[in-house]
Amino acid sequence: MYMASVTIKAEALPADWRDFVALTKPRVMTLVVFTGLCGLLAAPVTIHPVLGFTAILCIALGAGAAAALNQWYEADLDALMKRTAARPLPAGRMDKQSALHFGVGLGAFSVLLMGLALNWLAAAILAASILYYVIIYTVWLKRRTPQNIVIGGGAGSFPPLIGWAAATGNVAVLPVLLFLLIFLWTPPHFWALSLFVRTDYAAAGVPMLPVVAGPKTTRNQILLYTIPMGIAAVLPWPLGLSGPIYGIAAVALSLVFLFLAIRVYRNDATEAAAMRPEKKLFAFSVIYLFAIFGALVLDRWMI
Amino acid sequence: MTPNDPIDPEIRKRQKSRALVMALALGAFVLLLYGISIAKMALA
Repeated sequence: MYMASVTIKAEALPADWRDFVALTKPRVMTLVVFTGLCGLLAAPVTIHPVLGFTAILCIALGAGAAAALNQWYEADLDALMKRTAARPLPAGRMDKQSALHFGVGLGAFSVLLMGLALNWLAAAILAASILYYVIIYTVWLKRRTPQNIVIGGGAGSFPPLIGWAAATGNVAVLPVLLFLLIFLWTPPHFWALSLFVRTDYAAAGVPMLPVVAGPKTTRNQILLYTIPMGIAAVLPWPLGLSGPIYGIAAVALSLVFLFLAIRVYRNDATEAAAMRPEKKLFAFSVIYLFAIFGALVLDRWMI
Repeated sequence: MTPNDPIDPEIRKRQKSRALVMALALGAFVLLLYGISIAKMALA
C-alpha cells in the first residue's frame, strides 16, 4: 500500500498550476509585453482600450506558448545547466506531455483570439513568431550553430511589429526598424550573458559563441553588433518617423551601450568572477531596450 | 488503483487548485469576450 502511494506521487501527481505559469517564463515575458505595448502605442492610430488589452494579452500568451514549447523540447538540456535545472520539466514536477499540450493549446488560443478580436495580419505575425522561436531557434539552430542567437534573435523581435499590426492592420517602416533594433540588440545582450555562464553552456553542449570561438572573439562580436544596433535605434529620428525626445534618448542610450561594449572588449578575463563589465553590459542592455521603447511612446504622445 | 481506493489527498488538493484556476481563467475569458463584443459594436 505504501509502495503504491509512493508510485502515484512520483508518476501521477498532476503538475501544480504555478508550474504552468513558470513554464511561460514570466520574466522574459515582461520585455516582450513591453515592446509589444510600445509598438501598439507608437502606431499613428488610437485603439479601443479593450482591444488594445486583448492584443497585448495575445502577445503575452503567444510568448508564453513559445516558452512552454521551448522547455518541452529542451528538458534534457535544461537538466544539465544550473541556471535551468529547477524548471518544472527537468525538476520532474511536470510530465512532458502536459507541457506540450499546454504550449500548443496556448499558442493556438492566442493566435485565434488575435485574429478574431483584432485582425488576421497581427495573428499571422504572432503565429510566425511562435513558430520561428520553436522551430527555427529551438529545434533547428540552438544546438547546431554558434550563430543560434543571431538568427534566433528574430523571434524576440516580433512584438512591436505585432503591436503595430494589431492597431493599424498593416506594417510600416517604423515597426520594421524596431524589429531590426531588437534583432541587432539580441546578440550583444545574450553574448554578454553567455560569457559569464560559459561553463554552463559548455557542460550542456550548447554551441554558444564563447564556447565555440572563445571569449576574445565573442567580445569583438559584441562590439561589432553594437554599432549597427545603435544606428538602427537612432534611424527613426533622421527619417522623420519620431521626434527629438526619442532621437536624443536613442543617441544617449546607444552611446552608453557602446561605452560598456568597449569596456567588455578591453576585458581579458576568462573567469566569471572577473567579468564585471560583461555583467554590467548585460544588466544595462535590458534597461536600454525598456528605455528606448519608453522614449518612443513618450515622443509619440507628447508631441 | 481501483474505484474503491481513496484518491490520494495530495492529488485531490492539486486537482482542486487547478480546477479553481481554470474556473477563474474561464470567467475572465467570458468577461473579455463580453468586453470585445461591446468594443466592436461601439466601433461599428
